[in-house]
Amino acid sequence: MRRTKALKKMLGLPYYLWSLFFILIPLGMVFYYGLTDRSGSLTFENIAAIVQAEHAKALFYALFLALIATAICLLLAYPLALILNTMRISTHSFTILIFILPMWMNFLLRTIAWQTLLEKTGVINGILSFLHLPPIHVINTPHAIILGMVYNFLPFMVLPIYNSISKIDRSIVNAAEDLGANGPQILLRIYLPLSVPGIISGITMVFIPALTTFVISKLLGGSKILLIGNVIEEEFTLTSNWNLGSGLSIVLMLFIIFNMILSAIFDKEGESNYL
Amino acid sequence: MIKTTLKKIYLILILIFLYAPILTLIVLSFNKSKTRAKWGGFTLDWYARLFRNEALMGALWNTLLIALAASVISTLIGTVAAIAIMHLSRKGRTVVLGITNIPMLNAEIVTGISLMLLFISFGFRFGLGTILLAHITFCIPYVILSVMPRLRSLNPYTYEAALDLGASPLYGYVKIVIPELMPGIASGFLMAFTMSIDDFIITHFTKGAGVDTLSTKIYTEVKKGIKPEVYALSTIIFVTVLVLLLLINKAPEKGEKK
Repeated sequence: MRRTKALKKMLGLPYYLWSLFFILIPLGMVFYYGLTDRSGSLTFENIAAIVQAEHAKALFYALFLALIATAICLLLAYPLALILNTMRISTHSFTILIFILPMWMNFLLRTIAWQTLLEKTGVINGILSFLHLPPIHVINTPHAIILGMVYNFLPFMVLPIYNSISKIDRSIVNAAEDLGANGPQILLRIYLPLSVPGIISGITMVFIPALTTFVISKLLGGSKILLIGNVIEEEFTLTSNWNLGSGLSIVLMLFIIFNMILSAIFDKEGESNYL
Repeated sequence: MIKTTLKKIYLILILIFLYAPILTLIVLSFNKSKTRAKWGGFTLDWYARLFRNEALMGALWNTLLIALAASVISTLIGTVAAIAIMHLSRKGRTVVLGITNIPMLNAEIVTGISLMLLFISFGFRFGLGTILLAHITFCIPYVILSVMPRLRSLNPYTYEAALDLGASPLYGYVKIVIPELMPGIASGFLMAFTMSIDDFIITHFTKGAGVDTLSTKIYTEVKKGIKPEVYALSTIIFVTVLVLLLLINKAPEKGEKK
């Protein structure tokens, strides 16, 4: 019996080694590069570089756009989750499927779709000129980036909220109705408080990819708008200043860790398991 | 009555928002005219060109190959790891699961550059191999997290009964535990597969020059301007995904009817 117990512990060895070599050591390397200069001596310059005008601007811009996109996602997703929850019909799972199907479409293709729609000579302007209406100029503006973020990450907000709302005991809602609560009261005092874990994990799952994106800003924002993700990506692929890129990534990770702590406090039931 | 109408309108608006871009791509894939704003007649020309486009077809092949390899390997490592994690002490389990969460919660760009730095420092040759290693790394956590709940709800007595009746521990595992875990293993495998197919950011940092998956190929193509072949490709991908999901969705219903 003792031998099989030791054997069971050995079973984990491949994964432990894997996570050491491909999760922990790589993260350590980001910190190593971020805290050293090119000659390998310790420095905090790469992290302090975040206060330089161009970097600080890219970070604040990314924070700003990610916050707006997250807020819009929340406002769109919450009513949707409520409505989906009331549709307790046989097509139930199929209905949910329809709303998350776009998520399985390739991420780049989804973003390209918006580029095609919004371009100066794109589909929307084509339709507008056909109707003799003035064209819109959305592509290469922050609006296009926010739109891209909302479109790409909306399902990440819908699913955790839907999961936590669907777990709410119907009898609580019925009891509130019997005791004379009206619609808004039920929403504010029953649904909202009980779906906080879902809301928090939805926020985390939208905010982090939105904050760190470089693809959406590049494809929909043109070359003029640089977010912190674009700055880091260029340090690695264009200018090859890995130390600076790593330093900025460490700053970015501080926001991620803050977000993780937040979701760890609220999301104890693991609402973020979205499949 | 007004309320249900409002609800329906809201659902329809969201559906339009979600599907208008995809429908546009599908319509454009049949459009003869190269300019997007005009309809120049129906054609299947872009599909023919897509299949003759060796770069895109090669990238598609790479994508499927990596997704299959990454999901098989990560399912094996992840399932075994989940069983081992269950036998750890409480403290050990917290530590291991904490580490497992890192690739899921960290920003993909950070995971990507961290693996890139690792591969450079240890002198890996960038190519399909490095992409595969990276994909396995971010796929394993999904497998572990979908197998763990099944393990928790496992009835330990059936396995013990098998041992009492003379089964060897290995035989007991293969005959009793693994079949119980199968739904979790299957959903972990599917999740790993879709994560791998859809990934762009981590692949972007861990691929070598000249080696592309579909996502990275599309990214470089798009910077030069979107070609209608890409629309044809999107249509094929969308239809494939739709059919697969409908099949998966239909399967359990049939079982229930029996």
